[in-house]
Amino acid sequence: MIQENQAYQVHKLFRLQYEPAQNAWVLLYPEGMIKLSESAGEILRLLDGERTVAQMIAELQARFPQADTLTEDVTEFLGEAHAKKWIC
Amino acid sequence: MPKSGSAENSINPPLWLLLELTYRCPLSCPYCANPVDLGDPADELSTEDWLKVLEQARAMGAVQLGLSGGEPLLRKDLEVIVAKARELGFYTNLITSGIGLTNKRLKALKDAGLDHIQVSFQSADPDTNDAIAGKRKAFETKQELARQVKAHGFPMVLNFVISKQNIENIDAIMQLSQSLEADYVELATAQYYGWALQNRDQLMPTLEQVRTAEAQVNAVRDSQNGVGPRFIFVTPDYYETRPKACMSGWGNIFLSVAPDGRAMPCHSAALLPLSFPNVRDSNLKSIWYESELFNKYRGFDWMPEPCRSCDEKEKDFGGCRCQALLLTGDAANADPVCDKSPHHHKIVSAAESAAACRNGETLARTVQNSQIIMQTRV
Ligand code: SF4
Ligand code: SF4
Repeated sequence: MIQENQAYQVHKLFRLQYEPAQNAWVLLYPEGMIKLSESAGEILRLLDGERTVAQMIAELQARFPQADTLTEDVTEFLGEAHAKKWIC
Repeated sequence: MPKSGSAENSINPPLWLLLELTYRCPLSCPYCANPVDLGDPADELSTEDWLKVLEQARAMGAVQLGLSGGEPLLRKDLEVIVAKARELGFYTNLITSGIGLTNKRLKALKDAGLDHIQVSFQSADPDTNDAIAGKRKAFETKQELARQVKAHGFPMVLNFVISKQNIENIDAIMQLSQSLEADYVELATAQYYGWALQNRDQLMPTLEQVRTAEAQVNAVRDSQNGVGPRFIFVTPDYYETRPKACMSGWGNIFLSVAPDGRAMPCHSAALLPLSFPNVRDSNLKSIWYESELFNKYRGFDWMPEPCRSCDEKEKDFGGCRCQALLLTGDAANADPVCDKSPHHHKIVSAAESAAACRNGETLARTVQNSQIIMQTRV
């Protein structure tokens, strides 16, 4: 379960990077690449091991005030990312 | 800006760049995928040539970089190449036998920004390992080295080429991988090109051996609870009835450069009777988009029957051109692994012949054997 008062970071098996040729954020890992959706990229790039999930959601909410289910969307995505070991 | 309708609009840029930095190697594995013609080390590209290739490929959008060989550590400029690649934004994968990877070089590679190291092992049993590799103490060296790789914080993939010689020890191989704390473990039978084709009868495990090993791998996976290495088991396509989607299609995502600068859509393609553009003479962009070679089997228009009218062609691209050439005599034919191919019986009989082979003596991948084979071919 994702805790809102906890800080996460991208797992060290992965490298998060913006790829101009893909016009997307990607996760790079040994001999592979995951192309991220725009929202997934925006979320992952805020994970620095210091910001808590709650702080991150507040930042995103300020940037995207029209998004009304942001908390659920972010925690759901982070849950999936955690299960796939993209983040820890 | 490319004009509309130009090649660049319909062709994907390469995502994967594989640099075979040298065919020199301290080991002599009989399953080696290098061409039987190991060429002349004097023809290897210079450091500047390799750096130029990196720049051109990255500008086109390539992002995964494999550095292999032969043994890439034999290039003294490996650290320079890694540093440049990392600076350009590549994810850098070093594919090595581990021989020659000292602590000092590991540190230098870490400092240069290397992302990941793949170490090949031949077996979990020291004697079998060293016999297959053709080098004494190879196992000991690799085991120590694998520990150092993890100690330096690299993600580590272990690669075991599975053959008759080691398939019955697959449990021990998985235990070794767990104790070395590998992140991923590839347990793959050889692809039978190059040296591996010469040794196919001696190497290819029987269907029964493959099924047993597969069950052993599944049992370990089930007991892992998500902890420990991720095991990837790849069976020989000789036991399938549909081919693999080789390279995800010719000239679609993959670009490989041989030690002497020949650019190819796959590192095995050197065996095809085609002429290869060279990075010394042309830039990668024109090689990828415009060369005759890269357009030869691109897309679907080149296909003869049965692939041409087959509704599975977008899934497997008709399989592997090298396998088609080696087994049917024409690289444009359907990969004979496919049971719609009129040549499929050749795959079946090759598997039978390997199953009947009791002689374990393989031909070592050595410069001397390469010269003998090349002379008899001329
Ligand atoms: S497979 Fe063996 S012989 Fe071939 S390049 Fe790799 S380590 Fe060298
Ligand atoms: S006929 Fe060709 S395209 Fe169809 S499944 Fe076989 S190899 Fe693939």
